[in-house]
Amino acid sequence: MGEIKLMKGNEALSEALIRAGCDGYFGYPITPQSEVIEYLSREANARTGMVVLQAESEVASINMVYGAAGTGRRVCTTSSSPGISLMQEGISYIASAELPCLVVNIVRGGPGLGTIQPSQADYFQATKGGGHGDYHMIVLAPYNVQEMVDHVKLGFELGEKYRTPVMILGDGALGQMMEKVELFEQMPRKTEFPDWATTGKKEGIHRSIITSLFIQPEVMEQVNLRLQAKYREIEKNEVLYQTINCEDADYIFTGFGLGSRIAMKAMEMAREKGHKVGLIRPITVYPFPYDIYKEFAGKVKGILDIEMNAGQMVEDVRLAVEGKTQVEFYGRMGGMIAGPDEVYEYFEEKFLGGK
Amino acid sequence: MTEESIFAGFGGQGILSMGMILAYAGMIEGKEVCWMPSYGPEMRGGTANATTIISDKSISSPIISRFDTVVALNQPSVDKFESKIKPGGTIIYDASNIINPPTRDDITIFGVAGSEAAINLKNMRVLNIVILGSFIAARKTVTPEAIMKALASVLPERYHHLLPVNQKAFEAGMELVINYK
Repeated sequence: MGEIKLMKGNEALSEALIRAGCDGYFGYPITPQSEVIEYLSREANARTGMVVLQAESEVASINMVYGAAGTGRRVCTTSSSPGISLMQEGISYIASAELPCLVVNIVRGGPGLGTIQPSQADYFQATKGGGHGDYHMIVLAPYNVQEMVDHVKLGFELGEKYRTPVMILGDGALGQMMEKVELFEQMPRKTEFPDWATTGKKEGIHRSIITSLFIQPEVMEQVNLRLQAKYREIEKNEVLYQTINCEDADYIFTGFGLGSRIAMKAMEMAREKGHKVGLIRPITVYPFPYDIYKEFAGKVKGILDIEMNAGQMVEDVRLAVEGKTQVEFYGRMGGMIAGPDEVYEYFEEKFLGGK
Repeated sequence: MTEESIFAGFGGQGILSMGMILAYAGMIEGKEVCWMPSYGPEMRGGTANATTIISDKSISSPIISRFDTVVALNQPSVDKFESKIKPGGTIIYDASNIINPPTRDDITIFGVAGSEAAINLKNMRVLNIVILGSFIAARKTVTPEAIMKALASVLPERYHHLLPVNQKAFEAGMELVINYK
């Protein structure tokens, strides 16, 4: 067993970045995730020599990530919704240039400058390609502080495996709350870099070029075909989800991240009242676990999706079940979070005839 | 055992710390813990609160609709959370700060003289630890020893000279509940 600590989500994620041997962090403070840059600037450089730099803006941060990722280093930026919107151009470039990096979005209520309270309203942006062009990021959705740690390591590994940007899609509550976490051991920073990295051309070494500009459409199409083939591989190999109590379920509750925990509590309430309710929780929201919903679509009487937005993941759930079962949605917006009681009442109203 | 509690009061009363110390103590005892603070503009001079869940089982939602125990250090907190206590639950409030006490007859009510106890110790800032003592005496969620260990871990070392007065505050708070009439 690793070391167990009581930590805030943002701090736990920061500690995991240091321990994962991250080489560089470039960020700009924004509530509710400013603890990340605070923690890293206090701890990181002295412990591992990791570069921690406060950029002049989010646009600068993501372009610093782009540049540093091009050298084959493990790099990361974190922000919250409005800041992540500013980064979209850079993320599209990084996806096109096929560079690994970790982008963390501790989502707050929007649209616009919005609120600083927890939200999940950036699901579309994260999973469908928030920037321009046909690209995806792998998107991990932690549901507790432990996964804020685990997903850092997993995110770096997946990014490097597929040469693709990876996003951790959290929310303000996960960033601010404290839970027990088991930390993994300190990993060494990399000393060898991949073949494609721009590490300084020396005599007899091939020239690496990192670019997202392919001016001839024939070439750009080939780049796109390579990206799409990679996304199909990711969709085939990297889907992660969790199911609870689904074996005998008449109904399934679902949600990602913090929404899944509210769904879990509502499921416990339903079970106490004798209703057979199970839970599906996507851990990767891209690639989305369509198959597990498809599998249960013909077996259950209905699915209730709970999110902290106006209904975004529910579109993927509906796509998966192909109309084979009733899908209902319950969510609150703008930084308000549904309590388990109101979720349960909505379940009774929609599926049990308001009993 | 699952204790779903909320600590609520004015920003600056040490509300968030009360929950954090309880969560830390729960962890020391090997329990599952979750501490979820309110954060944002409402903390500055307004009301602050921290949901704190301690359990033998894994914890599902950190957002909960009803509480086993409410700890209220000001009137708005009593007004806001009294109705959200589960039947048979408990409310502990600082009697010196409350004009309209809770009225429900299906819950246990402890209106403890926390501010007076803190004044007796000549340190108003230990009010939160007094009330945490009352909470532990009433709910026995964790042992007093775990709380004192947690306090030593949470308090930065430069403040460790304050541990004895906090210990006294904690014990005074426990006695307020043990001798409650």
